[in-house]
Amino acid sequence: MLTLVLLILPLIASLVLLATRGNASRSLALLFSLVQLGITLYVWNEFRNTLAIDLPAKFGFVKEWISRPNISFNIGLDGISMVMVILTNLLLPLIILSGFNRTIDRPHIFYSLMMLMQSALIGVFVSFDGLLYYIFWELALIPIYFIAFNWGGVNRKSVTLKFFIYTLAGSLLMLFGFIFLYWSNPLHNFNWNDLVNNHTCGCNQTWLFWLFFAAFAIKIPIVPFHTWQPDTYKEAPTQGTMLLSGIMLKMGLYSLIRWLLPIIPSGVMEWNSLAIALCAAGIVYASIIAIMQQDMKKLFAYSSIAHVGLIAAGIFAINVQGLQGSMVQMLAHGINVVGLFFCADIIFHRTQSNHVEGIGGIRLVAPQFATYFMIVVLASVALPLTNGFVGEFMLLYGLYEYNHWLAVTGGLTIILGAVYMLRMYQKVILGESVMENMSFPDLLWNEKVVLISIAVLIFFFGLYPKAILELSEPAVNFIIEKSLIK
Amino acid sequence: MTENILNEMNLIKPAMLIPLLPLLGFFITSLFGKQLKHASGWIASLAILVPFICSAYIFMNTDAATSFEVPIFDWIAFGKFSIPFAFLIDPLSILMLLVVTGIGFLIHIYSIGYMHHDEGFSRFFSYLNLFVFFMLLLVMGNNYLVMFIGWEGVGLCSYLLIGFWFKNQSYNDAAKKAFIMNRIGDLGFLLGMFFLMMMFGSLEYKTIFSKASEIPVGAGLIVITTLLLFVGAMGKSAQIPLYTWLPDAMAGPTPVSALIHAATMVTAGIYLITRSHVLFALAPFTSDIILIVGVATALFASIIGLKQNDIKKVLAYSTVSQLGFMFAALGVGAYKTAMFHVLTHAFFKALLFLGSGSVIHAMGGEQDIRKMGGLRKALPITNFTFLIGTLAISGVPLFAGFFSKDEILANVFVHSNLFFAVLVLTSIITSIYMFRVYFLTFSGEFRGTDEQKHHLHESPATITIPLIILAVLSTVGGFLGLPSVFHATHKLNAYLGNVVPSLSEHEVSHNFEYILMGSLTAIVFIIIFAVFNYFISKKNMPEANEEVMNPVGRFIYNKYYVDEFYNAVFVRPVMLLSDIFLVLIDKLIIDLFVNALAWLAISLGKGARLIQTGNTGFYVFAMVISMIVLLALQFII
Repeated sequence: MLTLVLLILPLIASLVLLATRGNASRSLALLFSLVQLGITLYVWNEFRNTLAIDLPAKFGFVKEWISRPNISFNIGLDGISMVMVILTNLLLPLIILSGFNRTIDRPHIFYSLMMLMQSALIGVFVSFDGLLYYIFWELALIPIYFIAFNWGGVNRKSVTLKFFIYTLAGSLLMLFGFIFLYWSNPLHNFNWNDLVNNHTCGCNQTWLFWLFFAAFAIKIPIVPFHTWQPDTYKEAPTQGTMLLSGIMLKMGLYSLIRWLLPIIPSGVMEWNSLAIALCAAGIVYASIIAIMQQDMKKLFAYSSIAHVGLIAAGIFAINVQGLQGSMVQMLAHGINVVGLFFCADIIFHRTQSNHVEGIGGIRLVAPQFATYFMIVVLASVALPLTNGFVGEFMLLYGLYEYNHWLAVTGGLTIILGAVYMLRMYQKVILGESVMENMSFPDLLWNEKVVLISIAVLIFFFGLYPKAILELSEPAVNFIIEKSLIK
Repeated sequence: MTENILNEMNLIKPAMLIPLLPLLGFFITSLFGKQLKHASGWIASLAILVPFICSAYIFMNTDAATSFEVPIFDWIAFGKFSIPFAFLIDPLSILMLLVVTGIGFLIHIYSIGYMHHDEGFSRFFSYLNLFVFFMLLLVMGNNYLVMFIGWEGVGLCSYLLIGFWFKNQSYNDAAKKAFIMNRIGDLGFLLGMFFLMMMFGSLEYKTIFSKASEIPVGAGLIVITTLLLFVGAMGKSAQIPLYTWLPDAMAGPTPVSALIHAATMVTAGIYLITRSHVLFALAPFTSDIILIVGVATALFASIIGLKQNDIKKVLAYSTVSQLGFMFAALGVGAYKTAMFHVLTHAFFKALLFLGSGSVIHAMGGEQDIRKMGGLRKALPITNFTFLIGTLAISGVPLFAGFFSKDEILANVFVHSNLFFAVLVLTSIITSIYMFRVYFLTFSGEFRGTDEQKHHLHESPATITIPLIILAVLSTVGGFLGLPSVFHATHKLNAYLGNVVPSLSEHEVSHNFEYILMGSLTAIVFIIIFAVFNYFISKKNMPEANEEVMNPVGRFIYNKYYVDEFYNAVFVRPVMLLSDIFLVLIDKLIIDLFVNALAWLAISLGKGARLIQTGNTGFYVFAMVISMIVLLALQFII
């Protein structure tokens, strides 16, 4: 029942916001997202009290929906869903607050779409019926499309179209996959439990794997399915980019764990060495591109491809450290990438530039900002005691257990990450300004609140990763058990 | 026994205070730096003094057999792994605690004077405190991952402090270089940890070392593991091929060079290997590699030191070279000897750096020894203490470096005559470049500007007192490890004996010891005389620029062009690759494919559009035909 509340509340918020105007919209949006966060924290606490009994999903809500084809409205929370819901609802208030002190045209529609997006994302993470999940998956695309299309940069039209078609093509393949699974499943339904316990024969899994993998690989994105991403991140408005990179791409990673590994296990067994190799190559590939990027947002986009590539590789290693590491790292990456894009936004807001070579000297005029930016940079290069380290350590160990050489390849990210991040930081923040008449006021109140929250989260999860690990361990063990049969 | 446990219970709180206070100091000085102004220097120093007292308290209340753990909290747990955040207190960590907090405190006090006029005064002390915090974690951890926290943390602080004057982009370059080169080593360390986890199912020293006895000597996995750990040590302790960051790191303020890049952080690699000596003893192949790398680094770096004119650069190459000596000791299995040299080197190299800082301070920022000279009169305390440091590093009898260096030489001699000869040569070169610096700086005539001459002054007490204390330590520090020829007990060996048991190595004969000591001493005195004669009596000066040098000299002056080599072989190709990936693969190949798909979709759409004629009769016709086809299929199947 609580899950339903988490799903419905943003939907109500979305409708309510349409009736508001001006600054009231964003304040109300923030209020709603904070209430949502409050409920999430309550659910988190309730969840912790019953850690041992994890399956079936908790706080569930099941209702017959459509009898032919057999689709039920089946939602609930297991440990993995719980972490994703925490990620979504933790980041939303920060994303909304980061838009304060910026002028946004037609704010009521903007924030209404954001709330719709939140609802759709929650829907993806809590659905235990394949078609219901698919509906939310597609639903999530609509608000972000409009956000990018209406509030984006100069090239928004062609870029958003590319993004939309790219992901829609992937989704279509997934839909075929689901329909096939529906018929091959003796119970003829989309229920997750039934799909997990009634695998289709191995011969079909060989090609079914690719239908699902393509859909998820585009969303994550895994090289070479990634070319929609850097442009979209650059052109979308900052909050849109935060939603995309912080939460939406986690849909793909989450779906690997939920809808690929345990449902098509022999397909995964057959192809995962290829998938991992692709991910590991993508880590190095994207990191190397990031080194020479001249635009901060694009640099962060490529670094993000490298980071999620490592997460995907850890997932395909199918061992407890890889999967648990992916849980920690999905949360960490969400927090850090939102921090990075926010810092880029702060710089752009003041200098009208995101060019790596063209700014400099910010440390002199805005020392507080420089410090918070440094903290986010350190977290994203995985310095120990920040949230980025724990996940990366576990993922690399997961990869190591799968294959030593892949761990070496993936491990290059700790060197290359330092190269591109420190280069960017040095050019943008340190030294003396190369801009004429740069005025760079230090942080505004909302910026300070967002960055302090991010810094606190960075150290909290760096020091106490157990908060996440304990939630997802039983569910992850179940997934592994189901993925490694035969 | 119960008394022992009770005793340890009483020591847990002071042990927890040791890293906690510098962390607290970091928060206070960074958050309230503006309000505190110059008080932050004293607060930061206090945050190191109290841990020093705690360390001394622990030292005095324990003996060589002590070994207890201080659990703090559970950090990472997954599957069957559980990695705690916990400390280990034993003679090895106590020794390191004393060095880090003791020398750290002196350098904090020194910095109060040295950084007095800097606008980033509070920031400097907050970084310094943070550094000490991480360094303490490094030496106190009871497992490799806690050591790794400290390991990367000191790397961060090194980055922050090298680039402390962040307006200067070449300083920032040096900082970035240091961080990235260290990261290369860190990847080795990380992979080494993965092997340890796979082999032993744990990262805790206790578990690993007790299980290691089951592994046969020279087993492949243990060789790989130790090699990877050694890669980590190479990065942090600036050994070939990862040494080029350390000389550049001299861009940081001089107290930083003394604390981080001489006395403490760069010795972390030696600590790592000494701590893991159980593993390294199982891998003779790795030990041989360590010996070769150590000896080669010692020689090459010392030769570069002959041709440098920046006082700090000479000391930096000297540090690289001395670290090479320590690795040579590790390579022959003389772990305690390496630690002995860590200790004495911390005294005299910190002293030399701080002395050079005092000189630079007096010269108004000038670091070129060709523009100094005759500072003896204006800076009497600095002169005297720097001389002691020079005597100590050159291995003049009775000074600290003499005993530890002699011990290394003797140990290497037992192992290999060739490497012994190289190290003897290196120590001769060491005394040449050190006395070259000393005489050019303090003797002869002053060669700077009149304005500089006018401003020459001895440094304030906050600077000279640490110099004097370190000079005393550099003089008497060697007596902790008297060799057996003097019929005295080797106090340090006895203290570390339980952590690092002595190998059943055959000692060199007493006669050989006498000959070695005697001849080395004679050589040092000849060198002192010759260097004095060359630079002071005959007034020879180092060349003004590289054009007038002979090819060999130019080659050495340019540090064998190693930086240029790395640039050409690693940096440039990666940059080129970056462009190729973006332009060729991303933009051209992948997007071409994507666009081709889009084009295909559009063409299909155009084709399908032709069928949609809008003619109802055609639609009815199509429907009927389709139904017939479907029915026919039903029958056939």
